[in-house]
Amino acid sequence: MAQKSDIVLEVKNLKTVFFTNSGLFKAVDDVSFTVTRGETLAIVGESGCGKSVTALSLMRLVPDPPGRIVGGSVTLEGTDLLALDEAQMRAVRGNRISMIFQEPMTSLNPVMRIGDQIVEAVRLHRNISSKEARSIAVEMLRLVRIPEPARRAKEYPHQLSGGMRQRAMIAMALACRPALLIADEPTTALDVTIQAQILALILDLQKELGTGLVLITHDLGVVAQTAQRVIVMYAGRKVEEASVEALFAAPKHPYTRGLMASIPAVPASGVPAPARLNEIPGTVPSLVRLPQGCAFAPRCKLAIKRCEAEYPPLADWGGGHLAACWRAEEVAEVA
Amino acid sequence: MSEVLLEVTELKKHYPVRAGVLRRQIGTVHAVDGVSFSLGAGETLGLVGESGCGKSTVARSVLRLVEPTSGQIRLDGEDITHLSKTALRPHRRSMQIVFQDPFASLNPRMTAGDIVGEPLAVHGLATGKELETRVAKLFEQVGLRSDQMKNFPHQFSGGQRQRICIARALALGPRLIVCDEPVSALDVSIQAQVINLLIDLQREHGFSYLFIAHDLAVVAHISHRVAVMYLGRIVEIADKDDLFRNPRHPYTQALLASVPIANPLAKRLAPLVDGDVPSPVNPPSGCAFHTRCRYAMERCKTERPALLDAGDGHQVACLLNAGTGRSQ
Repeated sequence: MAQKSDIVLEVKNLKTVFFTNSGLFKAVDDVSFTVTRGETLAIVGESGCGKSVTALSLMRLVPDPPGRIVGGSVTLEGTDLLALDEAQMRAVRGNRISMIFQEPMTSLNPVMRIGDQIVEAVRLHRNISSKEARSIAVEMLRLVRIPEPARRAKEYPHQLSGGMRQRAMIAMALACRPALLIADEPTTALDVTIQAQILALILDLQKELGTGLVLITHDLGVVAQTAQRVIVMYAGRKVEEASVEALFAAPKHPYTRGLMASIPAVPASGVPAPARLNEIPGTVPSLVRLPQGCAFAPRCKLAIKRCEAEYPPLADWGGGHLAACWRAEEVAEVA
Repeated sequence: MSEVLLEVTELKKHYPVRAGVLRRQIGTVHAVDGVSFSLGAGETLGLVGESGCGKSTVARSVLRLVEPTSGQIRLDGEDITHLSKTALRPHRRSMQIVFQDPFASLNPRMTAGDIVGEPLAVHGLATGKELETRVAKLFEQVGLRSDQMKNFPHQFSGGQRQRICIARALALGPRLIVCDEPVSALDVSIQAQVINLLIDLQREHGFSYLFIAHDLAVVAHISHRVAVMYLGRIVEIADKDDLFRNPRHPYTQALLASVPIANPLAKRLAPLVDGDVPSPVNPPSGCAFHTRCRYAMERCKTERPALLDAGDGHQVACLLNAGTGRSQ
C-alpha cells in the first residue's frame, strides 16, 4: 500500500445530490478513494453513473442550484477542499488541482489567443511578469509537443485542429504544475489515431511531472492502457475498485463482468470472434427512482431476494479488491 | 460471392468552398474522391475511417440523399445515379437508413407508432387496422412492446429510440440498410443489445448492411468485409478476418495499432502516426497518406496508388511492394 505522505488526494464518503422537479437524486452516493503521487486512477461507468459529477465535486464546480455536495470530504495535499470558501478555492483550482474536459472547443475562449489564455491561468496563481508568463506559456506548448509553439501561442482556438486544441488544454491545465489532474473523457471527441497520441502524451507528462491523475472514461480499452487502479461506478455508487490487472483478470461485480463481455474486440490472430455479444438486459435505472437494494439487481442474472432488499456493502476480496455484491464470490463461476 | 446488390463505381462528391461578397469559389472539398465497391445480398460491408474521411458522404450518396458529382450507383443492376425523384421512389423502398443520433432522427411530436408506420402510409401500403397490426409486428421484431406504440420519443431511452429507428427502416422490407454510426451514441451495455439485434434481423430477413462506424471493434464484429477510407478514398478493402489479421496499408496498420485494447497485460500505447488528418480542401498530392506515413517514398508524393488486388480479393492502394502494401 502507498505511503501516507504519497497521498495527493483523499476522498471520503462523498455525497452530491441534485434537487430537480421530479425529486431529489443522489448523483454521487458515498464514494471514497485515494490517489497517490504519479498514479493514474480511472473512474469508469456509463452515462449517468456519477463519474463526471464526482470530478466536478472534486473541483467544487457542481452547479448550485440544482446540485450540492452534502457530505464527505475531499482532502488535497492535506487541505479539505470542501471546507474552503470560494476565494480560497479559486486559489487552489487551476493551481494545485486542474481539469481537462471532453470537448476542447467549448472549454477554450474562442476570442482569446491560445498563449494569452495560458498566461492568464499562470498569472492568476503566480506573481510574475507577463513576459515571464509568456515564456512559460510557450514552454508549456512545447512540452505538449505542439510544433512551432511560439507561433501557435499567437493563434486562436479555431485555427487549431481538435487534437491540437486538446494539447493546448493540457498545456494550460499543467502550467502551474498541479498535484492532481482530472481528465474527464479527454479523448472521447477525438479520432482514434489522435486519441492514441493524446493518451501517450498525458501519461508521459504525468511521469515527468509526478502529477496524480484521475481519468474519467467509459472506454474499458482506455482504462486498460492507462490506469493503475480502477473504480467502476453504477447509479452513483462505487460498485468495484481494484488494480487494473486484478479487475481485468477477475472482475468481482456482475456489472463489471457484463460490461467487459459486452464490448466487441478487434479480432487478434487465432482468436475467433464470438457470434453474439453478451448483452446486459434492460437500461440504467433512473436515479430518481432507485431500487431499495442493489441498483443493478433488476438487470443482474445472479440477483437473489436479498439483493432487492439490502444494498451490499463494499467488501475487500483480497489485495484491496473491493466489490459491492452479495454474490461476488460466485461471480467468476456463474456468469 | 453471392449476387451483387449494390455496386458503386468511381463515386465522387466535391463541394465548392466559397468566400467573399461575390461568393466566388476559392476551393473544392474532395469529400469523396473516386470510391468503388460492391455489396452482395445478405452481406455487411463495414466502412471505417476517421472524421472527415468521407464515409458518411458515401452513405448519403448511395441513398441519393446528396447528389454525387460523378460516378455510378447501381442497385440490383439498375443505374439509379441519375433517376428523377419520381423514378427513384419505388427504389427508395428497398434502401433505408439508420442514423447515429436517435434523439435527433425521431420527430418529437409523433408517437412511436406513427413514426414506424409513416413509411407504410407514405407508400400507400397499409391503412387503418392493417397498418396498426403491421406496426405492432415491427415493434415486436425489434424488441419493443406493442403497447409502447402510443408513447412519444422522449418516453424512450436511447437504446429503445434506436430500436424505433430500426423498426422504421424495416417497415418497407428493404434490401439494403445503411447504418451511419448506429451505436456510437449509446452506452456500452446498450450498444451490445443493438448490435445483436442488427445481426439477428439480418439473419432473419437476409438484407445487406452498409455499416459505417469509427469504432473498429464494432465494425469488426458485425461486418463480413471491411473498407478503410482516408481522405475521400478507399485505401484498403478485404474480408474482415484478412483485414484485421493482415492489414497491408500503413494507414490501416496505424489505425489498428491505435485502438486501445481492453487488456492491461497488452500495453502498447505507441502511436504509429504523428500529426493530424490533412484538410480535404487541398488534399496532399499523390498518396494522400504520404504526409503521415512512416514508409513514404519519393514516388508516394507524386503518384497516386490505385486500389489493386494483393491476392484473395484483398485490395490495397499502396505503392509498397509493387502495389501489395506492407505485409505485417
